[in-house]
Order: sequence, then C-alpha cells, then structure tokens
Amino acid sequence: MRKPFLRPLAAAALLPAALLTACGGQDGGNASAGAGGNDGNTIKVGILHSLSGTMAISEVTVKNSESLATDEINARGGLLGKRLQPIVEDGASDWPTFAQKAQKLIRKDRVATVFGGWTSASRKAMLPVFERNKALLWYPVQYEGLESSPYIFYTGATTNQQIVPGLDYLKEKDKKRIYLVGSDYVFPRTANKIIKAYAQANGMQILGEEYTPLGHTEYSTLVNKIGEAKPDAVFNTLNGDSNVAFFKQLRSAGFDAGRLPVMSVSVAEEEVKGIGVQNIAGHPVAWNYYQTTGGRANEAFVRAFQARHRGAVTSDPMEAGYNAVHLWAEAVRRAGTTDVEAVKKAAAGLSLDLPEGRVTIDGATQHVHKTARIGVVQPDGLIKEVWSSREPIRPDPYLRSYPWAAGLSS
Amino acid sequence: MSARLRGHAPFAAVAVLLLVVAPLALPAFRLDELAKYLCFAIAALGIGLAWGQGGMLTLGQGVFFGLGGYATAMYLKLHDAGGDLPDFMVWSGVEELPALWRPFGAAGFALAAVVAVPVAVVLGALVFRQRVRGAYFAILTQALAAAFVILLVGQQGLTGGTNGLTNFYDVFGRDPEAEGTQRTLYFVTAGVLGALYLGARQLVRSRFGRLLVAVRDGEDRVRFLGYNPATVKTVTFAVSAGMAGLAGALFVPVVGIISPSLLGVVPSLELVVAVAVGGRYALAGAVLGAIVMNYAKTSFSEQWAGGWLYLEGALFVLVMTLAPRGAAGLYEQARDALARRRGTPAPAARPREAAT
Amino acid sequence: MTSLLNQLPIGLSIGAVLLLTALGLTFTFGQMGVVNMAHGEFLMAGAYTAYLLQDWAGAQAVPVALPVAFLVAGALGWVLERTAIRHFYGRPLDTLLLTWGVSLILQQAARDLFGAPNVQVVAPSWLTGRVGLSGATLPHARLFIMALAVACVVGIWAYLGRSRQGRRMRAVMQNRELAAVSGVATGRVDQLTFFIGSGLAGVAGVALTLVGPVGPSIGTYYIVDAFLVVVAGGLGQLRGAVIAALALGMLNSFAEFWTDASLAKVVVFAVVVAFLQVRPQGLFVLRSRALT
Repeated sequence: MRKPFLRPLAAAALLPAALLTACGGQDGGNASAGAGGNDGNTIKVGILHSLSGTMAISEVTVKNSESLATDEINARGGLLGKRLQPIVEDGASDWPTFAQKAQKLIRKDRVATVFGGWTSASRKAMLPVFERNKALLWYPVQYEGLESSPYIFYTGATTNQQIVPGLDYLKEKDKKRIYLVGSDYVFPRTANKIIKAYAQANGMQILGEEYTPLGHTEYSTLVNKIGEAKPDAVFNTLNGDSNVAFFKQLRSAGFDAGRLPVMSVSVAEEEVKGIGVQNIAGHPVAWNYYQTTGGRANEAFVRAFQARHRGAVTSDPMEAGYNAVHLWAEAVRRAGTTDVEAVKKAAAGLSLDLPEGRVTIDGATQHVHKTARIGVVQPDGLIKEVWSSREPIRPDPYLRSYPWAAGLSS
Repeated sequence: MSARLRGHAPFAAVAVLLLVVAPLALPAFRLDELAKYLCFAIAALGIGLAWGQGGMLTLGQGVFFGLGGYATAMYLKLHDAGGDLPDFMVWSGVEELPALWRPFGAAGFALAAVVAVPVAVVLGALVFRQRVRGAYFAILTQALAAAFVILLVGQQGLTGGTNGLTNFYDVFGRDPEAEGTQRTLYFVTAGVLGALYLGARQLVRSRFGRLLVAVRDGEDRVRFLGYNPATVKTVTFAVSAGMAGLAGALFVPVVGIISPSLLGVVPSLELVVAVAVGGRYALAGAVLGAIVMNYAKTSFSEQWAGGWLYLEGALFVLVMTLAPRGAAGLYEQARDALARRRGTPAPAARPREAAT
Repeated sequence: MTSLLNQLPIGLSIGAVLLLTALGLTFTFGQMGVVNMAHGEFLMAGAYTAYLLQDWAGAQAVPVALPVAFLVAGALGWVLERTAIRHFYGRPLDTLLLTWGVSLILQQAARDLFGAPNVQVVAPSWLTGRVGLSGATLPHARLFIMALAVACVVGIWAYLGRSRQGRRMRAVMQNRELAAVSGVATGRVDQLTFFIGSGLAGVAGVALTLVGPVGPSIGTYYIVDAFLVVVAGGLGQLRGAVIAALALGMLNSFAEFWTDASLAKVVVFAVVVAFLQVRPQGLFVLRSRALT
C-alpha cells in the first residue's frame, strides 16, 4: 500500500509548530516585563470587540469610542506619566474566540485592563478567564443583570436602569396591555421574565411572548399574531438585523407609532439608519444616553467623535465604552498604580462628569449609577428625550430593592 | 524493513514535535491554543475519512461535535453544581433538573465520547438506504446543522441558549485555567489524535477501506457486486461522527466553553475547508489542514481582522481551482516529479477524482 | 379565526419569497449541477443595487432596480462562471466549496464598500399601503413580491418552453453529450444559464429590500432555505420548485402560528428530511437511465 501518507503530515506539521515556537519566544520576552501592563514608558490596555462577523456592525463603533478615549488621555499627558498603548483584538462574533483573545491579552500582552464585549454570551465566555487570572474587564453594554463578578466593571445599564424605567414610562402612558417580542437568546428571555413580574405587580397584562431566531427576517406571522391580540404597546428586545425586518413589516401591515408604539431597548441611533427612519419614527426607545443629551461633556464627545468619523452618530453603548476608559484611568490616577486590586478599591465610589451626566461607580456591585432616559425617534434619525428619571438610579443587578422581583434571582 | 521504517519516520517526527518540542518551546497559553487546533484536527480526520475516502461530503459535522461537547459540558456543569442546579438554569428560571440532564451526572464523560455515534447510525441508515447522496446529502447535512443550532438556542433552560455552557471550576479534579491542567489536556488531546490517526489509517488500508473507496468511485457497481453500499457508508459516517463527538468532548475542557456558534453551518463548513486545503484524499492532509488553517485564522486575525475572510475565500478558490487535491496532492506531485527526474518509477496510481 | 385565515395569504407570501430566492438556483443547481453558495451574495448584490440607484431614481429605486439588478447580479455570475466554475462541471461538491469561498470574499467586499451596518432602501409610496381581504390584510409590498414571483415563473416557463435558446438549455440539461454532438455550443449555453440564474437572484434581492434588512450578511439568511426548496422540488424542475416553495411557505406560516418562529423552522427542516426519505430525488424527478 501507499506508505508515504504521512510525509505531508511531517512537512506541514513543522510549519505551524515552528511558527508557534517563534511566537513563544516573544511571549517569553514579554513575560519578564513589569506586571500589570506597566512596561517602561507605556501602559498596555486591551480593547476586545468583534471587528468581523455579525456583531461587527455594533462593536466597531464601541471600539472607535474607546480608542478616542485612550487618545484623549494620551493627548492630556498620559496616565501616571506614561502613554496608554491600546492593543486591539478581534473577537470575531464568536464567544470562544473572546475567551481565547482575553487570555492572550492577559497572559501574553500583560495588559493592565481590558475594555470589551457586547453580547451577554461574549461576557459569559470571558468571565471565567478574568476571574481566574484576577484581571479586569470593563463591559460597556446594557445587559440582563443577575451578575456581579468581582473582576468586571459594568458601565452599561442593568435592568433597573433601562427595562424597569421603560415599563414605568409605558405605565404612565396608560399602556397596560403589552406584547413581548424578542430574539431568542439570554437578554430577551431574562428581560421578559422581569417584565412579566413587573406586569403582575402593576396591573399590566402580557398578551403574548414571542421569540425568533437571531437573524430571522420573516415577521408576517408574528405581526398577524400581534394584530389579533390588539395590545396597547409592544416591548421589543429583538437584536440586530431582525429589527429591520420587524419594523418594515409592522409598518407595511399598517401599524405605526401612533396606533401601536413599540418600546425598543436594543435600537440606538446607529440602528435607526439601517431600519429606515420612516419605519421607526415616533416609536419610543429606552437608554441612558442619546446623541442629543445636553451638557458640555457630551458636546465635546460628539464633536471629537464626529471629527474622526464624519457623519457618524453617537449612541449609548459607544458612550458607555468611552466612559469605561475614563473611569478606569481616573481610578488608576487615584490608586497611583495599575494594580488590579488597588484600582478596584480606588474605583469604588468614584464619580466623574461624562457625556450622559454625572456617573458614579457603585463599589458593591461594580456597576454605575445612571440616569434612565426614554427617547422618541425623530424624523431626522436622532432620538429626543421625552422622559427621564431626573437623577441617577442606583444599580441593582439582582433587583433586590423591588418587592415584585422577589424570586427572580433566587 | 528499511522502507517500512521510512514509512513510519514522518509519523514519529510529528509525534516528537507535538509531544516533546511543542510542550518545551511553547508557553502554556500557546500550547492551549495548539490543543484547540488538535481538537479540530480530530474532527477533520473524521471528515477526511467520510469525504476523502467515502465521498460523503458532510456539512453537518458541527452537530456531532456539539453532541460530544455538550455532553461533556453537562457532566462538568453537574459536577460543579454538586447536587444544585447549574448556574445558567437558575437565571433561565428552570426549577428542577431536566430529565435530559440526569444521565450525564454519573457517566457523563463516557457518554460524551460515544453519544454522537448512535445518532449518526440512525441518520446514516435512513439517508443512505434511500440513496440520498452527493449534493443532496451535503445540503441535507447542512440543513441539519442549521436546525440543530436553532434548537439549541431555543431551549435556553436546557442548553444555556446562545451563551452555551461555560465557566467550569473543576475539570476532573483540577482547575481548568491552571497551566498544569492545560499541559495535561494538551497531551491527552495529542495522544487521542495520534491513536485515531493510526486507527483511521489502518481502516483505510483494510479490506473495508478498499470497499469504501470503491463505493465512492462507483456505488452502483459495488452494489452489483453484491455488497451493500448503505452499510459501508453508514459505518464510515458513524466512525466519522464519533471522531467529531470525541473532538467536541475534548474541546470543552481544553477551551472551557461550548456554544452554538461553534456548531452551525459556517463552522461545519470551515472544517471541510480545512480538509480540502490540506488534501482530502490523504488523512494526514486533513489533520494538517485543520491545524494550519486554524492557526492561520488566529494569527491572521490578530493582525488584520477583516482580512481573514478575504484570505480564506481566496485561498479556497485557488485551492479548488488549481489544486483540488490540496496541499497533500501538491506534495505528491512534487515528489513524483522528483522521482521521475531521478529515474525511479512513480508510486502506485492515485485516487481518481470522484465524480460526485 | 380571522387571524388564522390571515395565515393563508401570509403562507403564500412566505412561499413567494422562498420561490424568488430559489428560482435562480433551479437554473444553476438544477440545470447545471452547480451548488452555488454565492447565490445569497448575488441576492445581496441586487439589494445593494437598489440602494445605490436611490441616488438618481429616488423613491422609485425599487422598480427601476429590478432590471438593473438582474444585469448586475447576472454579470457577477457570468464572471464567476467564466473564471472558475467552468472548470468544475461534473463536480457539484467542489463547486459548493468553491462558491463558498467566493461568498466569503463578496461579503467582506460589501462590508468594505458599504460599511458593516445595514443601509436603508426607501420603498416607493405605492408599495407601503395594504389591502383588506375579507378580514385579512395584505401589504402591497407582499402583493408586489407575489406578482414578481409569478412574473418570473411565467417568464422562465415561456423562455424554456418557447424560445430557441431555452430549448437548447433544456437539451444540454437533459443530455450534454448528445446536445454537443447535435451542434449546440454547450459552453455558451452554460454561460447564459448561469447569467440568468444569477440575475434572478439579483431580482429577488431587490424585492427583499421591501421586507428585510439590506446589509453584508443578508445572503446567509436566505441561502439554506433556498436550497431546501430546490432539493424538495427536484433538481431542475420549475413546477417542483413552485410547489415546494408554496408548501414550505404554508407549513412555515401555520407552524409558526401554532408554535413559535424557532420551532417552525425546525419543523420545516424536519419535514424536508422526512420527505426526502420518501422521495429522495424530490417531488419531480428528471427520468434518466444513466447510472449515478
């Protein structure tokens, strides 16, 4: 028989192994450098978002705002007299890749901290890596709560800063019969659990709860079901491209914002463009920040961002990513070191004026106090605030301070 | 004797490289990555067997990879939870352990290694008996992968949904993030790959292997000779699924996560791509293709994120157009050309291009 | 009850979308045996054509784009056939892998050209209304897609059955060697077939801008379903594709009505797999005495 089956194996196996070995040499070199990314004249920080794949649409913009923040810090003389050196990695919209790249940033590059993630799945995949390596992750997106890792800072909203205010708003507007629509993953399912508990306690009625696969584009049946149920409002936790199909098909079936308002929690300025303003104008959304939010800090942020990315809009997750970098830098300044435990200690109670207003880190949960804002999509594609909680809401990821939520997080 | 020795020399060289050189030269973190590539290489070996030797282009290997992976992950989760509910069930609102999970508490890992096989046997028996083959079979398996992912994602309380299963604290009594554990897992994976490779090679050289190639090249003729091609194909498909399942079972402790994003249409296709680039007709080509392609993907995406898609696509178009038998085919051509120049006769005929 | 009745036209319209996306494949896959995974990216090319035409056609971009997208996607397909696919006839599995590589490149190219976020195509005002039909409502956009599907089917049917070129195409499909010795330039027929098949994808892409997103990854949303339609209908069978698309559309519509969107998809897959157990060659089989 043919013996030399294995020859190519030998020849080609040498290639990656040799290359890996070459990398290994570099790794060894870096390993001897100072810990905590504190290396000579630079401090390394990791930026880990999906730059390719389905999530790139959203995550690239957050990467851009985080890069803006590190550049701002460098322009103002750096941190502890050193320059920040961002190391950008691609999570490729794939959760195991996030875990693997996080490990690379921590162990090979020895970064001081990492800013990254968007989906809950990517955060859950990275969580064990950061906890075991006792390294820091700053996660910039609103999420489903029920989590408080000692090695993660959450600068996006938790449920009581976005979903609960969204429901408060609907209740205030006397929209009591609600239909729930979401993509089939963790955030919508958890959010809807909370919404159902809220509804029960507040005399609201849930007429239906539907999930569609990620990337689903056929909504005529769902729209028909909604038409049959005749709700006062829809609470929408769809993600990404599905929103485009849903709003287009909802409108072409004759439901506009006046007849059936749809409250969205994953549609920001960036997504409005793709959905088409005419399809979503007038519908409410719930966030903590809009491009139109007032204040000097935001004017400066929007101006700086648009100077780099012409015609771009700024959105809540982008702002939360920008905040994360500045909050971390301030904590490092106060601690006088990039050491993780020292930074965590210095971050507790830290307060800064950022584009969305005054932001304070809650030491116990490592979330931030945020002002909830309900906005309505305008014909120009921007979002105008119509309701706000006026002052920052204390983060409560397990909803312990809400009696109706007892039993949700047990 | 010396010829035989020469035949084994490359295998020994690779074994030394993987078992001695790599662990000495690589830091634990890179070794862990290599272990991940080896897992994919195990699955690729199965594809090499089913597709290269048997002509069954299976675009749904992710399903079997997933079955093995989820079975292991369920075992580890139950072990971590120690009598309580696994963490994700708590936030998914599940109140008692679903029946589907029960068997994995005790015999989890043993189950994980073989769970893919019966599924493949049933599927194969149904499909091959009806003589579904060629592109039909490919599209069917692809649809299967798509449906499997939707099912996994939709049953969040059972499977962890899109998040998948992750955050294991205890992998067979060890901390999965400790360097020692990662080293051990690497050796286990490399050992399994080596053993499976030798087994697969034996299978290909056996009478059964020759029958398999005959089925690939002329299924009806084999049937007229009195064999049952459906049985041959089902057995091979099951072996290949078993390899994918084992790869998934090893992947979970090595990488620390299993999620639907690893199993769908695209990852399943990527495995096949790796096999094609390495050389589908040579088992070693399949293994190497998987290692090199995954390595290239990681290192390339560290440099230029979007570029990988261009490179992968272009590489693929080039390989399919210019060297349909992949790197292994190119190597053989080069060797034959060399041999001709030296005046020695070229070795035995190579596999005919399969018609379907 | 009315909402249940509503599911009938909805099923029809889902079927129409499936049919439009799959029609091109009945040419390239059915007639030529090319498993074109880049078909989804030709849809995408059609959708982006409508997007680009908005600059001068304004609100009427969608109808204007239909013929243009046919030419654009057709040209893309023609280039693909000339440069690569023609070396692969008789090796359908290899074309599958080859065209998958092409689809990766096209997706990334779209991302680099138009950006990763979705873009918007504004539907003309006459397509934003709806009609009531004994309690059921049907958006104009859906009616337009159904009409377009019917027009395409009739066009293809007439072309294949009535024109010289169409008859040549069928001859090549049924027996390539015999057609060749009878003086049909099979190479030229292949080019034309691939051009038309890809062009139909472009037309479908324009129609999809009315109901779905327009972005670099839209091809991936439709491709698996489209192949299922062709496989269930039988290779190269126009009537098979029509019946399969409508049946799967109806199945999807009612399965989703009674369960949910995820389960409905799984049900559709399961039914197709089960159906292939009964009829492994699809609904209609091209009879042939050839072995494998």
